[in-house]
Amino acid sequence: MMLSRTAAALYWLGRYVERADFIARLVEATIRLDALSARPAGEQAWQSALTVTYTEEAFAATGLDLTQDRVARFLTLDEEHPGSIIRCIDMARNNARAVRTALTREAWTAINRAWWVFHNRPTPGNATATLGLVETVKAETRGFEGSIHRMMRNEGAWLIQLGAAIERADNTSRLLDVKYHLLLPAGEQVGGVVDRDQWTTILQTVSAVNAYRWLYRDGLTPANVIDLLITRHELPRSLAACVEEVVQLLNQLAKHTGKQGEADRMARARMAAIQKTRTADVISGGLHEYLGAFIRENALLDSAIARQFRFI
Amino acid sequence: MGSGAYDEIWGHGGPAAPRSEFAALSQWLEDTPGAELQRRQQAAEAAFRQLGITFAVYGDTDAAERIIPFDIVPRIFLPDEWARLSEGLIQRTQAINLFLEDIYGRRRILAEGVIPPELVMLNEQFRPEVDGIRPPHGVFAHICGIDLVRTGPDQFFVLEDNARTPSGVSYMLENREAMIRLCPELFRSFRVAPVDSYPDMLHHTMRSVAPGDTISPVCVVLTPGHFNSAYYEHSFLADSMGIELVEAADLVVDDDVVYMQTIAGRVRVDVIYRRIDDDFLDPVTFRPDSLLGVPGLIAAYRAGNVALINAPGNGIADDKAIYSYMPEIVRFYTGEDAKLPNVETFRCREPGALKYVLDHLSELVVKLVDGSGGYGMLVGPTASKRQIEEFRAALIAEPHRYIAQPTLALSTVPTLADQGLAPRHVDFRPFVLTGSDGVRVVPGGLTRVALKEGSLVVNSSQGGGTKDSFVLVETGPSQTQHQDGMAQSQGADA
Repeated sequence: MMLSRTAAALYWLGRYVERADFIARLVEATIRLDALSARPAGEQAWQSALTVTYTEEAFAATGLDLTQDRVARFLTLDEEHPGSIIRCIDMARNNARAVRTALTREAWTAINRAWWVFHNRPTPGNATATLGLVETVKAETRGFEGSIHRMMRNEGAWLIQLGAAIERADNTSRLLDVKYHLLLPAGEQVGGVVDRDQWTTILQTVSAVNAYRWLYRDGLTPANVIDLLITRHELPRSLAACVEEVVQLLNQLAKHTGKQGEADRMARARMAAIQKTRTADVISGGLHEYLGAFIRENALLDSAIARQFRFI
Repeated sequence: MGSGAYDEIWGHGGPAAPRSEFAALSQWLEDTPGAELQRRQQAAEAAFRQLGITFAVYGDTDAAERIIPFDIVPRIFLPDEWARLSEGLIQRTQAINLFLEDIYGRRRILAEGVIPPELVMLNEQFRPEVDGIRPPHGVFAHICGIDLVRTGPDQFFVLEDNARTPSGVSYMLENREAMIRLCPELFRSFRVAPVDSYPDMLHHTMRSVAPGDTISPVCVVLTPGHFNSAYYEHSFLADSMGIELVEAADLVVDDDVVYMQTIAGRVRVDVIYRRIDDDFLDPVTFRPDSLLGVPGLIAAYRAGNVALINAPGNGIADDKAIYSYMPEIVRFYTGEDAKLPNVETFRCREPGALKYVLDHLSELVVKLVDGSGGYGMLVGPTASKRQIEEFRAALIAEPHRYIAQPTLALSTVPTLADQGLAPRHVDFRPFVLTGSDGVRVVPGGLTRVALKEGSLVVNSSQGGGTKDSFVLVETGPSQTQHQDGMAQSQGADA
C-alpha cells in the first residue's frame, strides 16, 4: 500500500507539471495577442497574463516595467518568483525525486531532462526565443504525460493524474475569469477586432481553436467559448471534463484501497451539478460569480483529497 | 609512484606487452579511436545525468549536483583471481559477524586478551545502547563493503572494512548497464559474470533475517531524504527490489512494533535497510537533539520485532583502530589464517609505533581512526611541508586518534585521460551479503580510480571516478547462440 507521503508528492508532481504547461501556453497566447493588438492593448495583454496567474501584485513588487520581455521572464525563468515555470519544474522535480521509486525511469527522466534544459538559462530572449522556450516546456510536459500512461495502472499514476486534473480545472476557470477583468480599450466595440483576439487567445491557451471550429459552426461568439470551456466534456481542458476525470480517478483509487470518503462525495456532487449546468444560466447569473464559486469548490476538494489520503 | 606500479591490464610491460589474458582488451583499446572512446564515455555520463545519478559534494555549494566521472576502460578479474578473492571476502565477513556478536554478547575475545579491552570499551564506535541485543538470526553485518587494493599479480590487501552502510553498489550496476549499451563488442570478447542479480540477492538476504515466522515480511529502505548525497542509490535499490523507500517521518513505533503510514492506514514493517547513521536512527536512544529518526525504533529492535540492516553499533568492527587486529580476529573466530592480508598498520597509540611514524611521515599515509571519505588524511609523499608539520603536531597531541600505513604502489588500470590512455591508480570495493542462510559475494564491485596522474586518492569527493569491474567466467567450449524460432526467416535454403 502506498505511503501517504508518496501520495502527496505524486499529487503535487501532477499539479506542478500541469501548471508549468499552462503557464507556457499562456505566455505563448499572450505573445500572439500582444503582436496582434495595437498599443496600449498589447500592454494590457501582459497585464491579463499576470491576472490569470494571480501574480499582479508579485510583479508590481519587482518594480519592473510592464513589457513583454519583463513579464515573459517573470513568468518563465524568474527563480525568485514561485509561480514561474522554472520554479514549477523545480517543485515538480523535487517531488519526483522524493518518490523516485513510485515513478518509472521514463517519467523521472522526462522531468529531470526538463529541469536540465531550464537551468543555466538566464533570459527567455526575444519573442521568437521565448516561443522556442515555450515549445520546449510543452514538449517536455507532453513527454511526461506520455510516460505516465505507460506506468503501472495503480495509485501512483492515478494520483499524478488527479493532481493534474484539479490543477487544470483551476487553470481553465481562472483563464476564463480574466476575460471578465479584461476591459476593452476605449473606442473598441464588443465583437470588434480586439474583443475577438482576446477570445481567440483564450481558445489558444487551452489548445481549443480547432475544436471550437468543429463544434460551433456559427463563428466566434463569447457565449460559445464559455459553453465550450465550461460544459463540453469532449474538450479535455473544459471544466466538465476535468470534473468528470476527477470523479473517475477517485473511483479507481477507491476500488484499489477499498475506501471512500469526503472527497469522493464532493467530487460526485460537483459532477452532478455541472452536468445540469446550462451556459445561458451561467451568463445570466454572472460568469464571474459562477467561476468564483467553482474555484472555491475546487480548493475545498483539494483539501478534502489531502485529508482523505493523509497527505500531512 | 606511477612508474613501477603494477598495471592490471598491461602488467609491467606497458601497452606493447599486455598480460596475455588481456590481449583482446589491449587490441580493442588500440583499434578503437580515442575520439570514439571519448564519445562513448560522454554518452554514459549524459545518461547518468539524465537518470539523476548525482551526488552532492559537502562544502561545495556551486556544484550542488555532480555526477561521478565514469571511465570507459573496464578493470578485469580472471576467474581464479576472483575465486581466491571471494574465499577471502567470505572468511573476513564471517569473522566480522562473529566479532560483533561476541562484542555485544559475551566478549570472549577481550577476556582472552586478543584485543586490549579498552580499545573496544572506550571506543566511540562501541554502542552501549545496543549492548546485549542479539539481532534476528544473529546477523549484524548483512552488507559489507570490503575495500581492497592490489600491488602485484597476487598481492591483494584489505585497506578497510565497511560494516555500517557501505555505498556505491548502484554504480556497480549502472556502470555495467552503460558498458553493455556502449561497448557490446567487449562482452563478445570476454565472458563476463552478470551483476544484475544483486537486487534479488539483497532482497533475499533481507527476507531471510525477518524476525518471527512471517511468510511475507514487509521490507523497506530507510533514507534520510532526497537531499542526501547518496539518495539516488537509496531510491535505486528500493526500486530494483520493488519495496518502499521510506523516510523517518513515514514510520511510527507503537507498542514496540514498527509501522509505515500509508493511504489506507498503518502497515507493519519487519525489515529495515536503513541508510541513516546510528546517531540519527532513534532520538530516544541516541541523539536526543536530533529531529531525524524514528522514536522508539531501538526499543522495537531490542524487543526483536524488527531487523535493522546493518545492525546499529557495527562501527566497532570497521573502526580503523580495530582494523589492525583483523588478522587476529579472523584467526580467533575461524581458526584459520586470514586469506586476505591487511596493509601493514602502525597504531600510533603504541609509543614505539608513534616514534616510527613521526620519523617517517613523508613516506607514510596517516589516517584518523574515525575519518572517512578521504578527509583527515595525510599522504606523506605528496604532502607539503606545512601539511606534514600540521599532522606531526596533531599526532603528538592525540596519538590514539591516528594510524599510519606505508604508501603502497597501488595497481593501475589504463584510463582515458586528456592525452589518451594512461595508467591510473585504482582500488576496489566488492559487496558481501550475509543472510540467515549464508554469505554471498556478487561477482563484481565498484572500482574507483584516481583520475589525476600519480594520485592515490580515489574518493569521489576528492576527484575520483569509477570503472566497470568485469569478473570473467571460466571459459568452457565456445557457446554459439542458437536462434531457433527467434530470428526472421531469410528464405528456405538459408
